[in-house]
Amino acid sequence: MALVDRIGKSLTGAPLVLTNVDALIDWSRGQSLWAMPMGTACCAMELIAASFSKFDFDRLGSFPRPDPRHTDVMIVAGTITRRMAPAVKRLWEQMPEPKYCIAMGNCAVSGGIFYYDTYSVVRGVDEFLPVDVYLGGCPPRPEALQDAVLQLRELVRSRSIAEGREYDRDYTLPLPGGDRAGTTDPGRAEAAGVLAGGTPESGDET
Amino acid sequence: MAIEVESRTPVHDEDGRAVEELVLNVGPAHPSTHGVCRIIAHLDGEVVTRAEPVIGYLHRGIEKMAENRTYLQIVPLTDRLDYVGSMYANWAYCRAVERLAGIGVPERAEYLRVITCELQRIASHMMSIGSTGADTGAFTMFVYAFDVRERVVELFEALTGSRLTYCYVRPGGVAADAPEGWLDDVRRVVGEMPARLAELDRLFFGNVIARGRLKGVGVLDVATAVAWGASGPVARGSGVGWDLRKSDTYSLYPRFDFDVPVGERGDAYDRARVRLWESVESCRIIEQALDQIEPGHVHAPGLPRLLKPRPGDAYDHIESARGSLGVYLVSDGSPRPYRMKVRSPAFCNLALLPLLAPGHTISDLVVILGSLDPVFGEVDR
Amino acid sequence: MNIDELREHLCGTYPDLCPLFSIEFGDGVLIVDRGRYWSAAKDLKDLGFDRLGMITAVDGVDDFEIVARVTAREMGAHIFLKTHVPRDEPAIETLTDLWPAADWQEREVYDLFGISFRGHPDMRRILLPDDWVGHPLRKDYRDERIIRRPDYI
Repeated sequence: MALVDRIGKSLTGAPLVLTNVDALIDWSRGQSLWAMPMGTACCAMELIAASFSKFDFDRLGSFPRPDPRHTDVMIVAGTITRRMAPAVKRLWEQMPEPKYCIAMGNCAVSGGIFYYDTYSVVRGVDEFLPVDVYLGGCPPRPEALQDAVLQLRELVRSRSIAEGREYDRDYTLPLPGGDRAGTTDPGRAEAAGVLAGGTPESGDET
Repeated sequence: MAIEVESRTPVHDEDGRAVEELVLNVGPAHPSTHGVCRIIAHLDGEVVTRAEPVIGYLHRGIEKMAENRTYLQIVPLTDRLDYVGSMYANWAYCRAVERLAGIGVPERAEYLRVITCELQRIASHMMSIGSTGADTGAFTMFVYAFDVRERVVELFEALTGSRLTYCYVRPGGVAADAPEGWLDDVRRVVGEMPARLAELDRLFFGNVIARGRLKGVGVLDVATAVAWGASGPVARGSGVGWDLRKSDTYSLYPRFDFDVPVGERGDAYDRARVRLWESVESCRIIEQALDQIEPGHVHAPGLPRLLKPRPGDAYDHIESARGSLGVYLVSDGSPRPYRMKVRSPAFCNLALLPLLAPGHTISDLVVILGSLDPVFGEVDR
Repeated sequence: MNIDELREHLCGTYPDLCPLFSIEFGDGVLIVDRGRYWSAAKDLKDLGFDRLGMITAVDGVDDFEIVARVTAREMGAHIFLKTHVPRDEPAIETLTDLWPAADWQEREVYDLFGISFRGHPDMRRILLPDDWVGHPLRKDYRDERIIRRPDYI
C-alpha cells in the first residue's frame, strides 16, 4: 500500500484524493527523467545524436547530466570491459534512489559483437547492474533510444515511489585478482588504504 | 575524487605555508565526452605539473578476436575501432587484405570508397570540432557541428542502411552500389557544405573567447611531432606537411586537385582549424570524384567469399581523420589471419599528452585532450 | 622513392645490410638478428628514416618476431625492420632513444606479448589492468573466460 495512501487514510478515513496525488507524483517523475550518459563506445555517438537538435531528448524531459548525483537514469551505452566495470558500478552506487538503468546497444545488453573470443569484455551490463530497459541494436537508432526512455516512463508510472526497489540478486562483479573491495582500480585501493589510516606507498600514482 | 598525497619536498609560499601537490584523478567517466580516458593529473594549485593518461578502459581484444574470424568477418570489427570514422577504418583493413591477397579493385568501387571516405572525414572532423567547442564552453558549436554531421550520416544511411557502423568497404570493393539518385544527393549536400563550414569558422574560430581559450594551448613543435610519430591534423597543425594522400599517393588521390591545410603555431587553435579546412578540401575532392565517376562493377568479380591469401605479411595504411591508420596482417595460408595489428594514429597522438599538458591549467588539460582527438575504440582496440 | 631506389641507397650506404634486405608484397623488409637490431635501427635513422610508424610482435611457434616499420618523410620511403626473439628469453633493446614514438608501442608489445625492452623508461602494462596475469596475444594464452566462436564455415 502506498505510503501516501496510509497517511491519507489515517487523516481523512477515505483515501480518494490522496491516491491521485500518488499517481501525479509518479507521472511527473516519469516526465523528467534526467539521464546520466555512461557512453563508452560507438553507442555514445548515437546517445549524443539523440540529445541534439534532430532528435532532441529535451522534449521528452530527459536531459543529459554528467553528474550521477543529479540523475535518475543511467544509460549505459557501449562496451563495458572488466577494467571499466568498477567505475560504472561506483557511479551507479553514487546515484540516489530511485534510479533506473537502460542498457543501450548490443554490447551493454549481452556483450554483442564482442561476445566471443575476448578476454576483457563484460558480457552484458546486467552482470553487475539491475537493468530496467534493454535496448538492442548495434548501434540503436536515436529514435529507438527515445522509445526506450518512453518505455521507462511507463515503468516509472506503474511502480510507485513508496514501494521501494527490490533487487532480486546480489549484483557483484567477479573481477580478475580481487573481489568488490579489491578492485582493479589502483586509485580506489589507495584511497581505501589512506582512509584506513595507512600512508600510501609512494607519492606517485601507478 | 581527489586524493591528497604528501609531496616529497614540501615547498613553502611567501607566507611560509607549506604547499602540497594535489593528485587529481580525471576518471574514466568525466563530463567532456572524449571517451574513456583516465588522466592522473598532478596539480600545483590549478596548474598541471604532470599529466599521465591511463588507457585500456575500452580494450576489447579486437586483435585477438581477429585471429578467429575470416577476413570478411573482421570487417565489422574494424568498424568498431574508430567508430567515428568507420568507412576509413574498413578501408585501411581492406587495403591490407587486398595487398596480401593480390586483389584488384574495380574503378567505380574506388571512386565510391573515396567519396565515402571523404564524407566520413567531414563527419569525423565535425565531431572533433564540436567537442572542442563543448570543451571551451561553446555548447552551441557542438550542436551546430552535429547538424552538419547529421547531413552526412543521413547520406550514409541511404547508402548502407546504418548510421554509424557501416561495414560498407569490403575486400575487393564495396558492399553494394549507390542507390539511384544518391550521387545527386551527395552533390547537393556537398554543394551547401562549404558555406556552412565557413559559417562555423566565423562563429567559433572568430569568436574572441574561443581564440582566448584555444590559442597558445598545447603547443607542439615540429621536432617533437616528428620524433613522437604524430600524424594527421595533430602533426599538420604544427607545420609538418605530412599527408598520406599526397606523399603516398594511394588509391585515386593523384587524380584530384586539393590542398592540405597546415598550421603554423601548433596549438589547439591551429589543430582545430586544420580540421575545419580539411573538411572544406574534402568537399572539393568529393565534387571532383562525382564528376569523374563512371558506371561499372562495385566488387571484384569472381572473388571467393572465403579468402585464403598466400602466407606472408602485408601492411597498408590510409590517411584517416586522425592520422595514418595502418593495418598489418600476417597470413599463414588459412582463411583466418594469423595476426592482425592495427596501427592506430590516436594511440600515437595520445602519447603526446604528457608533453603538452604541463604548465597549463586544469581546464586547458581537457582542451588539449580534445585537440589530440582521441577515439578510444581505436586507442584501446 | 620506390623500392629499387631504396635498395640502391641502402646498399650504397651500408653494404653489410644489403643481403638482409628483401621485398615482400611491395614493401622493403630488412631482417636482422637480435644483436644487430639496435645498430640496424640506428643506421636506418642516420639514413633519413625519421619517423617510427609502429612496433609490434608476432607470436611464431618457436619464437617471437618483432616487426618495426619506419618511414623517411623526405625520401618518401618505408621499410620494415624485423628480428626474432627466442621464446624462453623474450627481451630486446628499446628504440626509444632513437625514436620517442617507440615508448607506447613497446609498452603495448610488453603488455600483450610479454617481451620486455631493455632500457625502456617506463616498462609496464598499458592496455590491461596492472594486476592482469598472462599476456593475451600469445598463442598459448589460456583463459576460462574466453568463449570461443563456433566454426561455422
